[in-house]
Amino acid sequence: MNHMETPLLAFEGLHITLPVRGEHRAVVHRVDLTVPAGGAVGLVGESGSGKSLTARSVLRLLPPGARVGGDVRFDGASVTAMDAASLRALRGSGAAMIFQDPRAHINPLRTIGDFLTEGLVTTRGQRQGAATARATDLLREVGIADAPRRLRQRPAELSGGLLQRVMIAAALIGEPRLLLADEPTTALDVTTQAEVMAVIDEAREQRGLAMLFITHDLALAAAVCDSIAVMYAGSVVEQLPAARLHDASCHPYTRALLAARPDPGTGARPLRAIEGRPLSASEAGPGCAFAPRCPAARDLCTTDRPLPERTGDGRTACHFPLLAGADDAAPGTERTVRHG
Amino acid sequence: MIARFVVRRAAALAVTLLIASVAIYGALFLSPGDPATLLVGGGKEPSPRLLAEIHRQYHLDEPFPASYWRWLTGMLRGDAGQSLSYQDSVTHLLGARIGNTLLLIAYAALLIVTFGVALGALAALRGEWADTVVTVLSTTFMAVPVFVMAVLLTWGFAVRLGWFPAYGSGTGFTDRLEHLTLPALALAASWLAYVAQVSRAAIRAELVSEHVQTARSRGIKESRIVRKHILRNAAAPIVSVSGVAVAGLIAGSSIVEQAFGLNGVGALLIQSAAKQDLAVVQALALLTVVAFALINTAVDVLSAALDHRLPPGGSR
Repeated sequence: MNHMETPLLAFEGLHITLPVRGEHRAVVHRVDLTVPAGGAVGLVGESGSGKSLTARSVLRLLPPGARVGGDVRFDGASVTAMDAASLRALRGSGAAMIFQDPRAHINPLRTIGDFLTEGLVTTRGQRQGAATARATDLLREVGIADAPRRLRQRPAELSGGLLQRVMIAAALIGEPRLLLADEPTTALDVTTQAEVMAVIDEAREQRGLAMLFITHDLALAAAVCDSIAVMYAGSVVEQLPAARLHDASCHPYTRALLAARPDPGTGARPLRAIEGRPLSASEAGPGCAFAPRCPAARDLCTTDRPLPERTGDGRTACHFPLLAGADDAAPGTERTVRHG
Repeated sequence: MIARFVVRRAAALAVTLLIASVAIYGALFLSPGDPATLLVGGGKEPSPRLLAEIHRQYHLDEPFPASYWRWLTGMLRGDAGQSLSYQDSVTHLLGARIGNTLLLIAYAALLIVTFGVALGALAALRGEWADTVVTVLSTTFMAVPVFVMAVLLTWGFAVRLGWFPAYGSGTGFTDRLEHLTLPALALAASWLAYVAQVSRAAIRAELVSEHVQTARSRGIKESRIVRKHILRNAAAPIVSVSGVAVAGLIAGSSIVEQAFGLNGVGALLIQSAAKQDLAVVQALALLTVVAFALINTAVDVLSAALDHRLPPGGSR
C-alpha cells in the first residue's frame, strides 16, 4: 500500500443494509478495496454477492432505504457525506457507470443524440451544436460508423451491441476519471462481448481511465484488470494482482472458482462444481460465509468471521489460507462432479 | 411514418361511422310493426291519415337503401328531419342545446385532465401521506355513481353552503360557468379519480425504471429527470386514459343534465327517448357515435406521436 498518494477510489469497511419487510438486512458486509488512478480492479462474484451494490455505492445509486456504514472515498472526498451539488459533480464528471442492460438503461422514447448530449447541455451548459459534434466523434471512436444517422435514431432501432457502445460513449462524454462497468457484456452475445470489451479497453488506455469492473467471469476480469477482488456473500474474501491469480490465490473459494472453469488446453478434465449453494449476504452466520461449502473448514470457521490479512501478494480473509506452493491441489478435488 | 398512421386511422374512422349510421337508422326498421307508429310515439292508435302523412314525410315506402341514403345525406347537409313531439326541426332543437353540453363536457374534461394528472403525479412523486390520501380518495370517488355524486354536491355546495346554484343553465359566460360547476364536478369525479390512479401507476413505473437510474447516475438535476424522463415517458398511457375518460363524459352528460336541469342535448336525449321521438334519438345517437369515434381517433394519433413504439403493425 502506498501511503503517500490517495487512491482515486477507496472503499473503507463498506457495509450496506436494505430494508426487507420492516427489518434491515445486510447485503454487503465488508468491502475494503482501493482503485488507483488509471488502474483497473475486477470485482468478481456470483449473483447476490453484493458486487453490483458495491459499485453503485460509489455514485450513491442505492435503493431507497439503504443504509451505508463505513465510507466510500472518491479522490479523498467522502461520497456518503457529499451534498447534492458535489454529488452531481461526481456523477457528471468524476465517475461514470456503464450498465448491464442498455435496452433498459437508455430512455426508449428519446433519440440517441438526446441521450448522449443531455449531460453536457444540462449540467455543463454546453451548446447543443458543440455537444452533438462531441457525441458524433465519440460514436465514431466506439466503432459506430454512421454516427450522424444514429444520433437521430431511437434505441429500438439499434442492436444490443450498438446500444452498449452508445452507453460507453455516454459514459465517456463527461470525461470521467473512473469507469464503473457493471457486467457490461453479460447481456450481449459472445462475439459482441469481445468487441465491446476491446472498445472499453482502448478508451481506457487512451484516457488513462481507472475502472472498477464488475463481473462473474473470473477469466475475463483477469484479462482486462490489474487487480482482482473476489466477493462472496457480501464480503471481499481475497484481493490479489490479476497476473498472480492462478499461482498466488490463497482463499479456498477463489481456488474453487478457478477449478470450476473449463480449460480448453487440458482436454477432457471434468469440471469441478463447488458443493452446496451460494449464500446471500443476509444468510451469512457469525463465522466465515464460505465455511458451509469449504472443504478446509474447521470449528473456528463457523464461529469467527475472518478479516482480510496480508498473504503473499494479496490480502485474504481466511483463517486457514492455502498458501502458495503449500498445496498444489485446489479444494474440491475430492468432490469432483461430472457435468453433462 | 406518423402520416401514414393518421391516414390509416382516418379510413378506419370513416368505415366505423358508416357502419354505425346503418345500425342507427336500421334500428327503426328492426322494431316490430309500422315504423310510422313509432315516429308518432305515445300509446294511442294514430289515425290512418296521420300514418300516411308520416309515410310520405319520412319516405318510409321507399326501399331501405334509398331512404337510408336520403337520411344520411340529409344528416351530412345538417338536415336531421322533424321532431314530432316538439313540432320543430331536429337541427334547430340540437343547435339550441349543444352549446350547454359542449361547455359542460369541456369543463369536466379540463377538471379531469388537470386535477387527475396533478393528483396522480403528487401521489407518485411525493409518496407517503400524499400517496395514501390520493389513493383513498380516488378509490372512494370511483365507487360513487354520477347521480349520487350529483345529489351529494347539490346538498353540500348548493343547499348547505349556497356557493353554487343547484339548478338551471344560466345566461352569460360567467353565470353559465357558475351554473355548470357542480354538474361538471359531478360528471368528472369518478373519471378524475380514474385518471389520477392511472397517472400515479404510470409515473411510479417510470420513477423506478432503469433509464431513470441512468439519468440520475449522470448527475442530471432531479427536476429535469421528472420532466423529461418520468412525466414525458408516462404521458402516452395518461393521454390514452384521459381520452377514454373524456369520451365517457359524453355518455354521462345525459344523467347530469337531467339531474341539474340543464338545457342540453343529453337531457333532450332522455326526454325524446321517453316520448319515442325517433328522429331526435337517431340524430343524437349518430352525433354521440361521431364524437366518441373522433375523440378516440385523436387520442390514438396523439399517443402514437408521444410514443414511437406504439403504432400497431409497425409504421417503419
